[in-house]
Amino acid sequence: MSDQEVLSLTNIHKAFGGVVAIEDFSLNLKAGEVVALVGDNGAGKSTLIKIISGVYTPTSGEILLDGEAADIRDASAARANGIEVVYQDLALADQQPVYMNMFLGRELTKGPLNLLDKARMRQETQDLVDELDVRIPSASSTISDLSGGQRQGIAIARATHWASKLVLLDEPTAALGVAETARVEALIEQLKAKDLAILIISHSLDQVFRLSDRICVLRRGKQIGVRDTKSTDKNEIVSMITGVA
Amino acid sequence: MTRVSSRLQGLDFQQAVVYFGFLAIFLFFAVTLYDDGFLTQRNLTNIVLQTAPATIMAVGLVFALSAGEIDLSFGSIVAVSALSCAVALQSFPMPVGVLVGLGVGVAIGAFNGVLVAYLKLPSFLVTLATMGLFAGIARSMTNLRSVPVMNDTFTGLFGSGKLFSVPSLVIWTCLGVGIGHLIYRHTRFGAHVLATGDNPRAAQVSGIKVARVRLYVMMICGGCAGLAGLLYAGRLQAAKYTLGESDLMTVIAAVIVGGTALNSGKGSVVGALLGSLLMGMLNNGLILMNLKVSDQMIVRGLIILIAVAVSLRDTSR
Ligand SMILES: Nc1ncnc2c1ncn2[C@@H]1O[C@H](COP(=O)(O)OP(=O)(O)OP(=O)(O)O)[C@@H](O)[C@H]1O
Ligand SMILES: [Mg+2]
Repeated sequence: MSDQEVLSLTNIHKAFGGVVAIEDFSLNLKAGEVVALVGDNGAGKSTLIKIISGVYTPTSGEILLDGEAADIRDASAARANGIEVVYQDLALADQQPVYMNMFLGRELTKGPLNLLDKARMRQETQDLVDELDVRIPSASSTISDLSGGQRQGIAIARATHWASKLVLLDEPTAALGVAETARVEALIEQLKAKDLAILIISHSLDQVFRLSDRICVLRRGKQIGVRDTKSTDKNEIVSMITGVA
Repeated sequence: MTRVSSRLQGLDFQQAVVYFGFLAIFLFFAVTLYDDGFLTQRNLTNIVLQTAPATIMAVGLVFALSAGEIDLSFGSIVAVSALSCAVALQSFPMPVGVLVGLGVGVAIGAFNGVLVAYLKLPSFLVTLATMGLFAGIARSMTNLRSVPVMNDTFTGLFGSGKLFSVPSLVIWTCLGVGIGHLIYRHTRFGAHVLATGDNPRAAQVSGIKVARVRLYVMMICGGCAGLAGLLYAGRLQAAKYTLGESDLMTVIAAVIVGGTALNSGKGSVVGALLGSLLMGMLNNGLILMNLKVSDQMIVRGLIILIAVAVSLRDTSR
């Protein structure tokens, strides 16, 4: 784990009309560090991830990447900065094949006419899903023919393929069985070993304690606190989440 | 081997319907209308020539539907483009007339597109309104009069001419379908069109400029309608406000029967060509059968209903 702060959020505030979704949130994330974001439904976790990934603009507050003011005014700018997201409501195009989803918005082309290089996209996708052990019939399968777990695997494979700095995961294992969950967790360990910074949302405290270095608790948009995973326990986190001592 | 089998898997039922339907109707007319000359080369060529404008419109519509939009105004665009072109040809050389005709089509498409993409209005309602708007403009442009087109270069290029004994309308059809297919299946833009229709949010967070895609597909629709207007003006050697008026149902049916889904990021330009030829065959066959116009309309409506039902039926529901 290096000391470089990959992401630094200061006094982030977000309101949707009159609804305050995030109030005064601050957090730093280092390379090779896994921070878990926990809180009840509607606490503001997904909103926070969408702010970091450029989908929402914060009402106020500062976002730094590698210590510098970051340009994440939209999702493509965030991606250009090496930020990848696995969204809770999977961002896959259902009627398209796996390989087109893997390269969505970044399609490979060839030749003077810049025609799609489908063969290469198919091959690279196949190599990637093989390497990550995502079990799908083939890289040409249509997304709508896959199971929830397989889709989740694709979304995660896509994020790991393109991320160079920061991976944001919004409940990546919520729809998965035991074996698939274990595989995704192994994948997250791999990302960490590659020195990426990781922010993961999960409702499973067991998982949070297995994976994270620090735990950040949100309650109704308020940041309740951040704890080192090693020096806290489930009881403390649960009472922080619920507000019941 | 694996590629062949994955190709076969990709060819799903809804996309295959048009091939079977095409064959079935062709065989049916070939047998029942043999004595009426359905199978003669002249009649078959005629079908292709007559469907050329509809095929070009269908290509444009494939892009709009695939991006999750629709254009109902293309028939009116055809008339306005053809009339603008014909008027321009009275005082300017051929290239100017062509540019005016196409330009008007693209401009109306851009007008639709801005309302859809940036004012975020539903394309169904926008183009329902502009369909009426431009139908009215087409009527008032020349006070319901038709405008003759006497420019021989123009009527040759867009109508009766031939290149190496291939009729120019056949060449336009091949060019329109070929280029359309290439863009649709083999460019990043085509992939972005499909992604936008399939899951606009996913497209957006993947960095695809969804609004721009919507603007462009409406412009493509307008441009295709403009070209269809030129083809009508060239073949009929005149432009009139009625051009394109009766194409709405035929073209939408052609595209849907051709395997393009309403709103789900799936479609086929080649399928739209077959769908359009199928509609043309149907028209031709019903005329050869000597049906009254009212009966033709009824039969055509029923057959389109069946065809659309077979192509669109959602088996998962
Ligand atoms: N686009 C939006 N417009 C208006 N309000 C929104 C919007 N997105 C989120 N909210 C509101 O912000 C609050 C936080 O929502 P968010 O999705 O961030 O919760 P969450 O912590 O991810 O919950 P969950 O665990 O259920 O996924 C909720 O009250 C929600 O209604
Ligand atoms: Mg959420």
